[in-house]
Amino acid sequence: MIALLREPWPWYIAGPLIGLVVPFVYWYGGRKWGVSQSLQHLCAATVPAKIEYLTYDWWKQGAWNLTMVAGVLVGGFVGGRLLSSPDDVVSISAATRSDLVGLGVRDFSGLVPSDLFSFGTLLTPAGLLMIVGGGFLVGFGARYANGCTSGHAISGLANLQLSSLLAVIGFFAGGLISVHFLLGLIL
Amino acid sequence: MSPHAMTADAVATEAPRTESLVPYFLVGLYLGIVFIKSEVASWFRIQEMFRFQAVHMYGVLGGAVLVGALGVALMRRRGVRTASGSDIAFSDHEDRRPSVQHAIGGICFGLGWGLLGACPGPMYALVGSGLPVMLVALGGALGGAWVYGLLRTKLPH
Repeated sequence: MIALLREPWPWYIAGPLIGLVVPFVYWYGGRKWGVSQSLQHLCAATVPAKIEYLTYDWWKQGAWNLTMVAGVLVGGFVGGRLLSSPDDVVSISAATRSDLVGLGVRDFSGLVPSDLFSFGTLLTPAGLLMIVGGGFLVGFGARYANGCTSGHAISGLANLQLSSLLAVIGFFAGGLISVHFLLGLIL
Repeated sequence: MSPHAMTADAVATEAPRTESLVPYFLVGLYLGIVFIKSEVASWFRIQEMFRFQAVHMYGVLGGAVLVGALGVALMRRRGVRTASGSDIAFSDHEDRRPSVQHAIGGICFGLGWGLLGACPGPMYALVGSGLPVMLVALGGALGGAWVYGLLRTKLPH
C-alpha cells in the first residue's frame, strides 16, 4: 500500500481528490475554498502599514485559511519526504523534455529543475526574474483577480461563475506569454 | 473599510467562535500530499501544460472542477446547511460578475505561474517538501499581495 502511494498519482485520482475539498469546505464552514487569500492575511498580520486592504481582524477572518495553508506545508513534507517517489523524475512528455533541453534545462530530477531554482540561481538575472519576479506576479495577480487556481479555476468554475471563467482565461493568456515568449528571452 | 475592501469569499469568513480549526489543518495536509504526489506542484508539469503536450494538468483541473461542481450542485439541490446549521452562501452577485480585475489580475497571475511554475497552494507544499528556495518565491508572492493592497485604489477594477 505504502509502495503504491509512493508512486506518482495519476490525474484521474488527483483531480477528484482535490475537487472534494470544494463541497467539504462549504459544508464544514460555509466557505468558498481558496488559497491565495492567505497571502493577504499574512501581510495583514505582519506589515499592514495602515493600508486599508490590509487593516482588518486577520485572525478572525483568516484563521481557517492560515491553518489550512499550514497543513499544506506539512502535507508537502509528508508527500515529498515520507512518501517520496522511488524514481525522482517527473515523467513529462518527450516533446516537453526536448523543448526544455532547448532552453538549457539539464537536470530533470525532482519537481523543479535545480539549474533554474536554487539559491545560486537567485543571484542571476534569470533566477531572480523567475523566482522573485514570478512569485511577485503570482501574489499580485491572485489578489488583483481575487483568486488563484483554487479559488477561480476550481471553486469558481465549480460554482459556474463567469468572473472565474474570465480569470482562468487570463491565467492562460499570461501563462502562454511567459512560456512561449518570456522564457525564451530570459533563459 | 469600504464595503468592497473584503470580497465575497472573505465576507463568509465571519466564523462562529466555537468552530474547530482542526479540519482545516487536515484539509491542508491532505491537499499538500496530493499537490506533491500528483506533481501539480512541479515546474515541469506547468511547462507541459502551457505547451499543450500532455493531458495530465488538464485532467487534474478538469477532474477537480467536475467533482467540485457535482458536489456544489447536489448541496444546492438538497439545500444542505453547514455543519453548524447555517445557510451556505455559495456566491453573491458581486462575486459572479466578470470585470476588468479578473482579466488584468488573471493575466498577471498567469505570467507569474508560467515563470515560477507554481501557484500559491503548491508554493507552500514545495517549501514543506524541502525546497527552501521556494520560501523566496513565497516572499515574492507576499510582496505582490502587499503591493496590490497599496495600489488597490488606483488600479482599475
